[in-house]
Amino acid sequence: MSMPYYVAPEQAMTDRADFARKGIAKGRALVALRYEHGIVLVAENTSQSLRKVSEIYDRIAFAGVGKYNEFDQLRVAGIRSAELTGYQYSRDDVDARGLANDYAQLLGNAFTHGMKPMEVEILVAEVGVEGSHDDQIFHIMYDGTVIDRPDTCALGGESDTISNRLSSGFAEGFSLVDAIRLGVSSLSGDDRSISADSLEIAILERNGERRCFRRLEASEVEAALQE
Amino acid sequence: MVMPVFQPGDDPGTDFPMLLQRAGYGPVDLPSGTTIDTPHATTCVAVRFDNGVVMAGDRRATSGHLISHRTMEKVVQADRHSGVAIAGAAGPAVDMIRLFQVQLEYYEKVQGSALSLEGKANQLASMVRANVPAAMQGMGVVPIFAGFDVRRWIGRLWAYDMLGGRYEEREHVATGSGSLHASTVMKVGYRSDLTRDDAVELVTRSLWEAADADSATGGPDMVRGIYPVVATIDSDGWSLVGDDELGDRYRTLIEQMGGSTS
Repeated sequence: MSMPYYVAPEQAMTDRADFARKGIAKGRALVALRYEHGIVLVAENTSQSLRKVSEIYDRIAFAGVGKYNEFDQLRVAGIRSAELTGYQYSRDDVDARGLANDYAQLLGNAFTHGMKPMEVEILVAEVGVEGSHDDQIFHIMYDGTVIDRPDTCALGGESDTISNRLSSGFAEGFSLVDAIRLGVSSLSGDDRSISADSLEIAILERNGERRCFRRLEASEVEAALQE
Repeated sequence: MVMPVFQPGDDPGTDFPMLLQRAGYGPVDLPSGTTIDTPHATTCVAVRFDNGVVMAGDRRATSGHLISHRTMEKVVQADRHSGVAIAGAAGPAVDMIRLFQVQLEYYEKVQGSALSLEGKANQLASMVRANVPAAMQGMGVVPIFAGFDVRRWIGRLWAYDMLGGRYEEREHVATGSGSLHASTVMKVGYRSDLTRDDAVELVTRSLWEAADADSATGGPDMVRGIYPVVATIDSDGWSLVGDDELGDRYRTLIEQMGGSTS
């Protein structure tokens, strides 16, 4: 009878984490930050149809980096979970924290028990009803770790560098244009620039309406970058 | 709540009612052979005008000879460019509308693009069809669906029957107990070049006549300040006609008929 090789748990976890990180680092990054009327999500994305940023619920947005089919599956699961809760109870009972926890369960489970960990990092953002003090940004890692980001968040390859640029440039009460510019320059760094057609930008805006999520048109993105 | 995740081939896709069933919230089975006397909602109408549609419905729900609600809203927004109006058993109807609203938005988010207007009309037909067993026990729901078709740039409207039959109409539709009277008014008053104002005038008039001749249809309630729900849908989307405008229109109508509103 053949015995399976012994692998120390530390080693197994490190291997899995390395595997997930490698997959995630292949894709392009995205950032989220607060501005005066809500939260803006800026993704570097050359595709016009395969989205990284999308709407989950009235005040909640989702963004993912890494393997497209995996984070898209998570996106749909989030919409389902939110809609079921909202239908069963009330639309007011759907919140980002609950969703983030559910995502953490799913990702954590895949990381420790699955065939392979999911090669994704995701973000769940919720714009507050009253004002910016209610805004929430949750960053969920491939292993299910949830991090609460108060102002800014960067996901994907080189996220540490991008995150530093983002947090050092951030200021309270940014206009939308300022927030977009900081987001884009944090993604690109100093030695290259990202054209408007490689950007996917959406906002969660405190607009007084039920649905706060809106994608910016290509013309709006160009205008924001030009001025 | 555990996140709903499905295997490929076993996935409910963009179908929210199916998702509800899978999550254990399917429709309730009614014991057969019984009929239940529940509140019923009455007259709703819709008419096309030059660049959109107008929908309207009275506010009364009745249980037998009793008025059970005076402020029911039977005409509601389905999404940005469409609305739905209902007559029939109030409870299942309100439920159907809620499910329909969620379904449209759910489809749009999961799929990444909204259903076409015709797709939405068909979706509603399948929900009416799912209600057939309840309809056999006196809880039928007969909706109207209307909206602005952003692909064809015209207003469109659909009538239904209790079995989920779906009929697109070119001019106007009415549903509910006062629909005969309301239809007659619209039939006489309809022209192909109605403006938005003409169309609002026509539907308020048609509901007036329906309320005048049908006891289950509520007229404008000047004492309580309750007026029918009237909404227009055009290229800019759904918009409710304010109570001030409706109040003025009904006061004018009453004065024309020789009545006094002071």
